[in-house]
Amino acid sequence: MAQAAAVAKQPRAGRRRTGAAPRRLPYLLIAPAGLLMLGFIAYPVLSVFYYSLQHYNVTKPWKNGYAGLDNFTRIFTEDPLFWSTLGFSAKWVVVQVGLQLALGLVLALLVNQTFVGRALARALVFSPWAVSGVLTTTIWMLLYNPSTGMSRYLADIGIGSYGTSVLSDTGTVFWAAVVAELWRGVPFFAILILADLQSIPKDLYEAASVDGAGRMRQFFHITLPHLKDAIILSTLLRAVWEFNNVDLLYTLTGGGPAGVTTTLPLMIANTGIEGHDFGYASALTTVAFVILLFCSILYLRLSKFGGDR
Amino acid sequence: MTAALAEKGTHARVPAPDDPTPPAPARKARGERAFDDVPRWQIYVPLGIYLLFTLVPFYWMLLFAVRPAGSTSLVPWPLTFEHFHKVWNERSFGVFFQNSMLVGLATLVATTLVALAGGYALARFDFRVKNGFMLALLCSQFIPGALMLVPLFEIFRNMQMINSLGSVIIAETVFQLPLSMILISGFIKNVPVSLEEAAWVDGCSRFRAFCAVVLPLLRPGLIAVGSFAFVHSWNHFLFALMFLSEQDKQTIPVGLNTLIGADSVDLGALAAGGVIAAVPVVIVFAFIQKWLITGFSAGAVKG
Repeated sequence: MAQAAAVAKQPRAGRRRTGAAPRRLPYLLIAPAGLLMLGFIAYPVLSVFYYSLQHYNVTKPWKNGYAGLDNFTRIFTEDPLFWSTLGFSAKWVVVQVGLQLALGLVLALLVNQTFVGRALARALVFSPWAVSGVLTTTIWMLLYNPSTGMSRYLADIGIGSYGTSVLSDTGTVFWAAVVAELWRGVPFFAILILADLQSIPKDLYEAASVDGAGRMRQFFHITLPHLKDAIILSTLLRAVWEFNNVDLLYTLTGGGPAGVTTTLPLMIANTGIEGHDFGYASALTTVAFVILLFCSILYLRLSKFGGDR
Repeated sequence: MTAALAEKGTHARVPAPDDPTPPAPARKARGERAFDDVPRWQIYVPLGIYLLFTLVPFYWMLLFAVRPAGSTSLVPWPLTFEHFHKVWNERSFGVFFQNSMLVGLATLVATTLVALAGGYALARFDFRVKNGFMLALLCSQFIPGALMLVPLFEIFRNMQMINSLGSVIIAETVFQLPLSMILISGFIKNVPVSLEEAAWVDGCSRFRAFCAVVLPLLRPGLIAVGSFAFVHSWNHFLFALMFLSEQDKQTIPVGLNTLIGADSVDLGALAAGGVIAAVPVVIVFAFIQKWLITGFSAGAVKG
């Protein structure tokens, strides 16, 4: 048995020797990354799970200690904020990612064509990619400002009225935030899709047009199937990112007005950092983590990622 | 990617003149029209609308930054730099700028070096924990940075690194690492092993072979990854907000947030601060834009 194993191993060892590499080399190479991730990702994650089972509130030290599932029962049965927050998170992710995908796909198809000024057009339409959440907030605060923003100039030419603040109205704040986030989110999506568009061999289109396929049919039979994996992956990454991202909403709306733009991560940050209730925040974190994991697996299953194409 | 390359290669090698169809020019013209010659207006009109959506906000920020306070003109004339002067000196954006630069460059160097080592191991070796490690890299993408704030805060407090830029640099590097490593190992896989092996045969050590043969070919990918790390840490807000409480340690996004949250918002100063925050990333972006697309297509999507 052992002999068989040794024999089976030999060709591998032989192949490895051509690299003249000591067996330890790969471990040495991943050690820095591995240690950093153990210390600053794995350990914090485990401690979040640990804290979620504890009462841990800096302002109420007399209550601290093992809590069992108290924090979780509080989330699901006693906290009305949790469900509305979860609803807003879902709405935010679905609307945001859906629009980003649609617009990003169109944008990528447009700048993939050859036309005069393409390089400049690409650089310009992709430029908000580089912009941060806080900077996006800065820019859109200036545009949304009720007295000197866009609305004033639009009112001057007869659209809308003076002094409306889209950010303090519970009816408009959602779409105001969506537009601001789209502004910088679409280019990112478009870059990912464009990268994949360029790996489609042009001959396929030539062959298809010889066979008499119109542009629409070419799009649905060549372009989309080719992009499928890239779209699935980037949609998933974006959804997770949009779910987790707090920069924009934290600075643009602060979760308001009246809490209508509070996402789950925003609620966690508020509970943990401002409310000092680390135990409850950790339990919320655990719930968010489970939801993300579950949705991701479900999504990959439903989209049959990596399966037969 | 390799498959795609090979496919592209074979297609390119089919010599067009050998095509037996007699009306070759007509066929070609028709073929090109179908996939290349979309009517011009169908490109320029939607693109123009999208450009407006992209550029008007930028213009708005520039306008407020260089327009005298109280003016409502849509053309910023006469230009004034009082707002820049004010945020740079009175609102200490000069200090924030330095801090952000330091965090950005340190994160860039640390991320690239650590991810290069790890990416090489993942691309070129089979080792026991490799699959588990790859899985961990992917899973880490699902862990929200915001949710790690509390435990990270505790860790840095125990390390006595609260209020030091080091804490932010470490946190940014750690959260850049997984994606950077996945990308870099993808790039390295695209460099044929035979090139390295040839260098070994010529007597190079593995390290020398890597530096002389692989590294130059990785340049576009490394630029994409490095600039990604820089831009991310330059822009990222939450870690700096939470780990740095002294004002002279803050970074630009936090400075911007204080301007946004100020009781009476000074729009001119806010806009000027925004311009200062945007300039470095826009410069980086202008340089790497071309590599970004090729970098992604080589590393991320097919890697």
